[in-house]
Amino acid sequence: MIRAVTLTVDGQSIEVPEGATLLDAATALGIDTPTLCWAANLTPVNVCRMCVVELEGARTLVPSCARKAEEGMVIHTDTPRVRTSRRMVLELLQSSVDTSTAPDLLAYAKRYGAEPARFGPHGPPANANERDAHHPGHHHVPAGAEAATVHQPRKVDNELYIRDYGKCITCYKCVEACGTDAQNTFAIAVAGRGFEARISTEYNVGLPDSACVYCGNCINVCPTGALMFKSEADLRDAGKWDEAKQTTTRTICPYCGVGCTLELTVQDNRIVRVMSPPEVSVTNGNLCIKGRFGVTYVSEGGG
Amino acid sequence: MDLHPISTPPTPEEVAAVNAVLGVDCAPDEPSGLRDAEARRHLLLPVLHALQARVGWVSPGGLGEACRRLLVPPAEAYGVASFYSLFATSPRPQTVVHVCEDVACALGGAEALCAAAEARLGPAGTPRDGAMWVRSPCLGLCERAPAAMVTKAGETPLTASWGNATVDELVAAARAGAGPERAEAAPAIPGVSLRLLRRVGVVDPGSLGAYRAAGGYEALRRAMEMGPNAVIREVTESKLMGRGGAAFPTGRKWQAVASQPVRPHWLVCNADESEPGTFKDRVLMEGDPFRLVEAMTIAAFAAACERGILYVRGEYPLATARLKHAISQAEAHGFLGADILGRGFSFHLELRQGAGAYICGEETALFASIEGFRGEPRSKPPFPVEVGLFGKPTLINNVETLCNVPDIVLNGGAAFAKVGTAQSTGTRLFCLSGHVSRPGIYEVASGTTLRALIELAGGVANGRALRAILLGGAAGTFVGPDDLDVPLTFEDTRRIGATLGSGVVVLFDDTASLLPHLQRIAGFFRDESCGQCVPCRVGTVRQEELLARISNRRPHGDVSREQALFADLSQCMKDASICGLGQTASSAIESAMKRFPDLWEGA
Repeated sequence: MIRAVTLTVDGQSIEVPEGATLLDAATALGIDTPTLCWAANLTPVNVCRMCVVELEGARTLVPSCARKAEEGMVIHTDTPRVRTSRRMVLELLQSSVDTSTAPDLLAYAKRYGAEPARFGPHGPPANANERDAHHPGHHHVPAGAEAATVHQPRKVDNELYIRDYGKCITCYKCVEACGTDAQNTFAIAVAGRGFEARISTEYNVGLPDSACVYCGNCINVCPTGALMFKSEADLRDAGKWDEAKQTTTRTICPYCGVGCTLELTVQDNRIVRVMSPPEVSVTNGNLCIKGRFGVTYVSEGGG
Repeated sequence: MDLHPISTPPTPEEVAAVNAVLGVDCAPDEPSGLRDAEARRHLLLPVLHALQARVGWVSPGGLGEACRRLLVPPAEAYGVASFYSLFATSPRPQTVVHVCEDVACALGGAEALCAAAEARLGPAGTPRDGAMWVRSPCLGLCERAPAAMVTKAGETPLTASWGNATVDELVAAARAGAGPERAEAAPAIPGVSLRLLRRVGVVDPGSLGAYRAAGGYEALRRAMEMGPNAVIREVTESKLMGRGGAAFPTGRKWQAVASQPVRPHWLVCNADESEPGTFKDRVLMEGDPFRLVEAMTIAAFAAACERGILYVRGEYPLATARLKHAISQAEAHGFLGADILGRGFSFHLELRQGAGAYICGEETALFASIEGFRGEPRSKPPFPVEVGLFGKPTLINNVETLCNVPDIVLNGGAAFAKVGTAQSTGTRLFCLSGHVSRPGIYEVASGTTLRALIELAGGVANGRALRAILLGGAAGTFVGPDDLDVPLTFEDTRRIGATLGSGVVVLFDDTASLLPHLQRIAGFFRDESCGQCVPCRVGTVRQEELLARISNRRPHGDVSREQALFADLSQCMKDASICGLGQTASSAIESAMKRFPDLWEGA
């Protein structure tokens, strides 16, 4: 039998089942907690620190996504301390990463009044593969005038999806989706360390030489558009990505008997992106290469 | 799990290096399950060490062989290999000379040495004639600054470190792939009552017989007569607190592990001493290695641990050699292994080496490192006493903490607590370096004042005036001449907003310009951040950039804007970082800027 735990969140008492997180408790009370690295279908890694809350009696703030509720805890989710840390996390990310295709992050930045320009203008982008070749434990002493970034050319090595790590906030979601949380393929992992920590295949080999099976589950969980359908990236590059002209249609994948739900983004009568809603229990947002990339034939014509 | 292998074949040398750790591969393609893979993952770090030592880098072929044997996905293994600074994932010269640039060495002429090295050997990181030199974080030889280390790969690999390094020695080391012959420096200076250091420099550290003749292993015998509960009682009564920096009551930790119903229990000794300015654990391990092995055996007996791991940082070659020898001697004479002293208690102790990552001194990162994963800390709770190494209850203690145990067992907790203050009991080792007359390790009673400690070391070098003291390490705090009367206890240092940390005391005289040192501290944390959480990964970068602007006198806007920025950065790193590294990465800098406000003007 699961026991109940009673705690106080922003002055309201709430009972949650044992094992529930502080985020679960806050959500149950209708409190909108910002998250970047958390997803319902992934194991919490609590690395983005966006969801931190104040726990009475604790020396530091605690990540609400991973911290389990305990009897008698008193939590505050909107104190000056909480707001400062959340705003700083956003400023740190925006000062170092291209967040232009990260809608949630941009909305949070507005909510918390992030001013990333305080750190100065963005520094120059790295050359292709420069960050991938970085040896840990060494860096050039900065002049400080510009804010170092992770900007770099995008990696395009296949026809299905692109990797634009200048937009990567290293939230670990893609690694989790590729690994034990969904696909068990382990094509990518975090390599390097510190500011040069990055998502990488072994020795930065291209995806065709890696273990990647093109399930695209990494794209499904990426919160910043660092991983993107090539069809979407090409349209964006051409200035033709137009959300006003897009419709979203849910359907069932035609390939096998599992019955995965597909969420098709259609623009100009072409399927430009295939996602899968995480809340559908059939596959929790996961697809295989066929459902993910094998349905564009409907608009290819010919035969 | 359907592993995608690396297609590059290994060289015969790489196969031999992997076999040397894993045994000869007689049934290469026999399928084995995920459970097997999980059980062998912990061998990844030793295999990477073997590859690095044999061929000078972790090549795709070598890593592929390791992955095939251990059933580790190549991307994950690459993530691990590329985490450690002593491993290279691209070709490197066989010989690498590492020159320490951290605080004590910087005060001891490291910059001049690096400049000379550049003139003679070329720019750092540039291969020349089969060798290259690189800058290194603290090598733990702070009493003999500046320090250097040489690593040479090959059939007979070598790692050697030495102090008072000269450029001629660096050049010779690059050429020969070996360090200079040095008489061992006096490791410690006699202090008040030498409890911890009494055998150091006196008793042959390579001889079990000499150790026993000097009272060694009497404590283990006594502990076994007393029984586990009585041992824990004495440790609790001694009020011993952790000497690694966190100052947690040792007895409470032991009791917590002992009472865990889940088995097995693990014992881990944290010998990943990497805090800049810290070298006390190295002195204990080099000078009295059997004491640590005996102490671990007592701890294992008390907390019912069947297995133990001694995790030593990769930059401590002499300590590693002596501990390995001590462990094998203890095994050969029935002090380790099955049925110790014929009393039915078994304890297996293994030494593991780090590979250049300060973060692995954080206990949960250390577990991840042993387990064969990236040295990334995880959130606590759960705490290691419940969920530690391999997910099992784990007793993890620092070297100095453990080394106090034999005396507590022999003389009783009350006798131990008679020295020191009511709250901070026993003696403590302090690492004096920088502008001090006689740098070295000093053992004094807790509660001795900072002034008395510095006088013991002969005061400020060359009779100069004192400007500042870095107390507790790079993660510690700067204090000034008016703080000299603070008693060195947990409670008194806390009262003045400082910390004892790992016993670091670095002196800066009135000629020292602090900003360059603060910049290096900031650079150190930037290099050593694991990169997992945003506040630390990006915050340490922004902190270093901010200090560079202050130092160049080119602030963004006026200085008050930079002050506000620093306050926000510091608060976020303290409040929202996952582990102690990020939480303390701004502490020394903040304390210095507060104490010396003219630093904000670039002074």
